[in-house]
Amino acid sequence: MAHFTKATSVKDWLNQRMAIEKVEKVMASEYWIPKNINFLWAMGMVLAITFALLLVSGIFLLMYYQPHVNTAFDSVNFTIMREVDYGWLWRHVHGVAASVVFLVIYIHMFTGIYYGSYKKGREMIWISGMLLFVTFSAEAFSGYMLPWGQMSYWAGMVITNIFSLGDLHLDGLVEWIRGDYVPGQAFLNRFFMLHALLLPLAIMGLIGLHFAALRIPHVNNQDGEEIDFDVEAKKYLSGDKAGSKVIRFANDFMSKDLMVVGIFLIFFFYLVFFHYGFALDPVNFDPADPLKTPAHIYPEWYFLWSYEILRPFSVNIGLVAFGFAQVIFMLLPWLDRSPNAVPASRRGAFSVWFWVLLADMITLTAMGKLPPEGIFSTIGLVAALLFIALWVVLPFITKNEKKA
Amino acid sequence: MKNKEPLILVIVVAFTLLTYWLVEPYAHSQMHKHVDSQNFAYADLPAITKTGNVENGKLLVTGAAACTGCHSIAKENLPAGMDAVTAAGAYGVNPPDLSEAGAVYDAKFLADLIKNPAHALKVEHKFDAAKGQMHPMASFAGAGGDLDQEVADMVAYMQSIAVKPSEVTPKMAFENACGRCHAVKYEKWTQIGEKPSFKLEKDSLTFDVKVLEYQEHLTKYMGKLPPDLSMYYRSRNEHFLSTFIENPQAHLEGTAMPRVGVTADAAHKVIEYLADSADTKRHERSSVGMNVIIFAVVFAIFALLWKKQVWRDLH
Ligand code: HEC
Ligand code: HEC
Ligand code: HEM
Repeated sequence: MAHFTKATSVKDWLNQRMAIEKVEKVMASEYWIPKNINFLWAMGMVLAITFALLLVSGIFLLMYYQPHVNTAFDSVNFTIMREVDYGWLWRHVHGVAASVVFLVIYIHMFTGIYYGSYKKGREMIWISGMLLFVTFSAEAFSGYMLPWGQMSYWAGMVITNIFSLGDLHLDGLVEWIRGDYVPGQAFLNRFFMLHALLLPLAIMGLIGLHFAALRIPHVNNQDGEEIDFDVEAKKYLSGDKAGSKVIRFANDFMSKDLMVVGIFLIFFFYLVFFHYGFALDPVNFDPADPLKTPAHIYPEWYFLWSYEILRPFSVNIGLVAFGFAQVIFMLLPWLDRSPNAVPASRRGAFSVWFWVLLADMITLTAMGKLPPEGIFSTIGLVAALLFIALWVVLPFITKNEKKA
Repeated sequence: MKNKEPLILVIVVAFTLLTYWLVEPYAHSQMHKHVDSQNFAYADLPAITKTGNVENGKLLVTGAAACTGCHSIAKENLPAGMDAVTAAGAYGVNPPDLSEAGAVYDAKFLADLIKNPAHALKVEHKFDAAKGQMHPMASFAGAGGDLDQEVADMVAYMQSIAVKPSEVTPKMAFENACGRCHAVKYEKWTQIGEKPSFKLEKDSLTFDVKVLEYQEHLTKYMGKLPPDLSMYYRSRNEHFLSTFIENPQAHLEGTAMPRVGVTADAAHKVIEYLADSADTKRHERSSVGMNVIIFAVVFAIFALLWKKQVWRDLH
């Protein structure tokens, strides 16, 4: 058994039992971060803060929300928005954060792609990140069902229909997911459970996994430099802070994280109070009406690119393309055959690939919302084909990449 | 090492704004029919050329034109002949009280309405006298004198008893122009009036039954039950509401909803009423918003100073 002595302080008492000093070193003061990283590396912290905002505002909303098809709409739009003090504030924070979190996730992902941060020991960071993306998507979709507005109902109908898998006609599967032939009480109840319990639990577990995956490889840096963390840490600890290539996570890097978070929060609260329409879709302020199909059914903006990969094709081909789009990002660390973990700007053809992918996904996003008519459907089709082509050529263009 | 952060920031912001512009302003401009406001000028209706005589107008409204046979004028102690439900049974909808009609409706519109309701209300596709489809509000064909003079007299009379246009409240505007067809349950409004808070559940249910009976008649008359407008201020935008009120046909061709003919000012009040229902906390939102933004700015400044201090010996 371990040996315990009479504690000299609370800290000592805890230290004997939980090695808090050691933990503090491993997690904060001697968790070494490269110095040459820019504000894009603060996006992870911005995501963590936004998730915290979602969690806290969600807890307040849960106190008044009623998961029943007859009362859900009014519990949100009347009780929370009008009756409860600051209920409107929690709802706006929750709705806007749910949308903004995806903007930051996309920035975070594209940062990873640009700097090649999914290679050389960082594969697990990438995979846990992609799992976070998938669970976040499910979380956002299930949350969208809860106000039981027109878009909740009809998007719920359209998206769950996808699981019939076209000509496979798996209608039984769709019914099993919905708990009914059409979205109804069973459907609302289970999405409530997913949104308020199971998926947040999974997200918290995955954030833990993501952070754990980061600890050993350390984060990448903006010059693709291979840093010997032990040597540089010694330099830092011996007092040559300016000469060392690394900094402490706390407080060195955290102070920069916090600065970025501060600026982000100004932008975030501006959206919450003065520009929320993009996040709280007007159509969803009409109560669900199973007899009245809305003129335009579209998902939230962050799903539009994958929706547009589904839409331009015939049902079966569309589903295959859609499935492809869902898993392909996960495989990036293996589809990119180059050993270079350096910024895309130094990687020749990959640099072109990166910017074309970004432009293509923005194009898909725009076409996913526009009515699929005339020129828009042509552009959508081309963009969807280009998306697939980009991933097919990736291994070939990276295989011949010169050592950077 | 050059500082690349400003360039990176510009790139991130530029792509974000581009995406935003594409999925919001641009996509919506392509998805919805654009209807321009005509500023409630009602240019299709003829101007009133005669100066109205209030006294004569009163005689006509309560006499020869028989307006009060169907409409109450509470302000003048002229009660309705029937209660709302019975009236809806007779006409399909309860003819509104005319006390404030002179302030809520446009004068040109009132004049045209009296002469030819289906025309003024833009529901001639439903009511074609030639085919025997009579509008429930009878047209006034004249009481023997000059028709235009008589109509001008009645309009003048209605304006004389109504409040000043500036005194029209949002609630008044809504109840007059929309309340007979649309419920707004978040404001406790039903088509037969505001639902009182009853002590006994029995009384509450009796009231609800009356509302349901009224709605049955209304549904038969309109072809469908007009929607509850509680959340329409958020599910539609102000421009839509304003142009829809001005001319429902411009948005929904063939719709049964009449052009109600309110003045620009009254339309504004109606929209304010809808905003009070659907976006009740909008004033609180802007004031709290300003404070929170100020707090966020102060927080960011302190975070910036802290970062500067920590990084002083890292460079
Ligand atoms: C005589 C009855 C009647 C009156 C008065 C009336 N409405 Fe309507 N309204 C209707 C009917 C019927 C519909 C359904 C129209 C349709 O779907 O064709 C409707 C629909 C609407 C809609 C929904 C349009 C959409 O996008 O689907 C709005 C908004 C609306 N009315 C606002 C108003 C306002 C504001 C007023 C008062 C200024 C008003 N209405 C007065 C009967 C009426
Ligand atoms: C036979 C019964 C009847 C008579 C007589 C009648 N009305 Fe009406 N009035 C109605 C009905 C019914 C409506 C509602 C029509 C609708 O909403 O479709 C109405 C609506 C109105 C409105 C509201 C129109 C709007 O745009 O919302 C006004 C104002 C009005 N009447 C004024 C008059 C005046 C003035 C007279 C006398 C010249 C008159 N009415 C005579 C039945 C009548
Ligand atoms: C939504 C929840 C997420 C949270 C809270 C989160 C958090 C973090 C944090 C704190 C870091 C370290 C600091 C930084 O580099 O930003 C990080 C790094 C990283 N994340 Fe995430 N992340 C999330 C989602 C994702 C997603 C969706 C991906 C993409 C698949 C991803 C991929 C990565 C990668 C590759 C790194 C390493 C960056 C580097 O080494 O330079 N993360 N994440």
